[in-house]
Amino acid sequence: MQALRGVDLSAPAGTVLGLLGPNGAGKTTAVRILTTLLPADGGSARVAGLDVAFEAPQLRRRIGLAGQYAAVDENLTGFENLQMVGRLYHLPKGEPRARATELLERFDLAEAGGRLVRTYSGGMRRRLDLAAALVAKPPVLFLDEPTTGLDPRSRIGLWETIEGRVAEGTTVLLTTQYLDEADRLADRISVIDHGMVIAAGSSDELKDQVGGESLEVTLESADEAAAAAAALDGVAAQPPELDGIVLRVPVAERKGKIAAAVQRLNEAGVGIDDISMRRPTLDDVFLKLTGHAAEEDGEEEG
Amino acid sequence: MSGLRMAASDTLVLSKRNFMRIVRAPDLLLAFTVQPIMFVLLFAYVFGGAIPTPGHSYIDFLIPGILVQTMAFGGFVTAMGIAEDLRKGLIDRFRSLPMARSAVLAGRTLSDVATNGVSITVMLVVGVIIGFGFEAPFLHIVAGILLLLLFGYAFSWVFAFIGLTSSSPEAAQSLGFILIFPLTFVSSAFVPPQTMPAALQWFAEVNPFSVVVNAIRALFIGDPAGNAVWGAALWSIGIAAVFSFLAVSRYKRAVVR
Repeated sequence: MQALRGVDLSAPAGTVLGLLGPNGAGKTTAVRILTTLLPADGGSARVAGLDVAFEAPQLRRRIGLAGQYAAVDENLTGFENLQMVGRLYHLPKGEPRARATELLERFDLAEAGGRLVRTYSGGMRRRLDLAAALVAKPPVLFLDEPTTGLDPRSRIGLWETIEGRVAEGTTVLLTTQYLDEADRLADRISVIDHGMVIAAGSSDELKDQVGGESLEVTLESADEAAAAAAALDGVAAQPPELDGIVLRVPVAERKGKIAAAVQRLNEAGVGIDDISMRRPTLDDVFLKLTGHAAEEDGEEEG
Repeated sequence: MSGLRMAASDTLVLSKRNFMRIVRAPDLLLAFTVQPIMFVLLFAYVFGGAIPTPGHSYIDFLIPGILVQTMAFGGFVTAMGIAEDLRKGLIDRFRSLPMARSAVLAGRTLSDVATNGVSITVMLVVGVIIGFGFEAPFLHIVAGILLLLLFGYAFSWVFAFIGLTSSSPEAAQSLGFILIFPLTFVSSAFVPPQTMPAALQWFAEVNPFSVVVNAIRALFIGDPAGNAVWGAALWSIGIAAVFSFLAVSRYKRAVVR
């Protein structure tokens, strides 16, 4: 089976490129090719200025990988895991130990560092896994679905850590099937489905592709929908849609629209419960681009 | 760092990791100590009385055979460990690091040599307690022990290959068992092959296990050696060479399952 059928990606140094797609879209295959784990049968790629096929040994010194699994040894302590990885990166004598201590501290694992990893929670394992990817201070970091299966608190903690690395100049390729994750972390997003990039751009650019913003007006009563729609005629860019007691009014530009809407509704005597400006989410983008929602595809990752 | 020094250093780092596993999960040690003792006692006292072995007491006949069998199976931890590392994504991590391509497997097979050494010691002690007697010069005995370790090392590479090709640690274990169990039994390890049907007897005589068992009998209890010792060493080196090549090429393409 062909997992990738033409994928063009690029990320300037010090930015986060998000690779967004459902299970089986080809995200992991792309990461495996870029981290020298899998030879591509066509095309070429350069990471940190090095060719993934012809300069693999040099490239491996300059990348860190945290995969979908917490790839840490259960029968070693957190400290021993990091020290082992440091030695395998051939850091100078004494460095592996120092880096292990430093990273355990930074990842909030200092206390657990002397304990066997088999006693760690899922979130702690992921943090240790990410720490292992950072042992050699690699300029390029690959994170393959780093928060899949984590509880919300651990997710946010991991996000903050990743943001910290990027602030220090690390370039990150992040794959995710979570739209909020790409939205929060990625400077640029490539949406990938069935092995192809189907859209690319910043989160805002992608959202603009599915249309602009809309005003969401929650009415006190659905009976007043017609009156409200009439009152908002001058604000709406397209005819409003009614969903229960919520009236969705597409607008061309957000500036001043809430104030204008409130004033008009007031003048027309329409009672409102709530009013807000809504930007399209990446969910909307995905649905529009692929015809299916982002998280419904049940296939194994390929 | 030069290629060879890097490979040696990486291999040591990973052997240390494998040792820590035994320290941290000492129940694993049962496989290298209690299990060989159990086999020695079962064969010696359950089957021993019914198996005539002209020229030797059954215990003297048995100990070399069961030592070789234990060496052949000593690498099963390697197969299971590698299959486990594959499943957990650790092999991916190692392959993304700037380390020697052979180190993960070499680290495993090297730690097997140490655990095999433990098994040999335990079995010889138990053997001597129940009546095994060396009938050979000291240097022959040392050579025999080294040959056992070499043979065990060769089979660790067979198990490394099995570990990389099976879908799970459980599958690796049963695949290893199915492949190697008949080889060890259709040999001169437990009964003289002369008692077997013609086809099995032919197989038992060419079987490398028999060659190694005969070599150990020559070195430990003074059986006529013939070419057995050199044959055993050549078989071991050949198996190690072929399977280390197969296993390392497989490792380079390993995928998570």
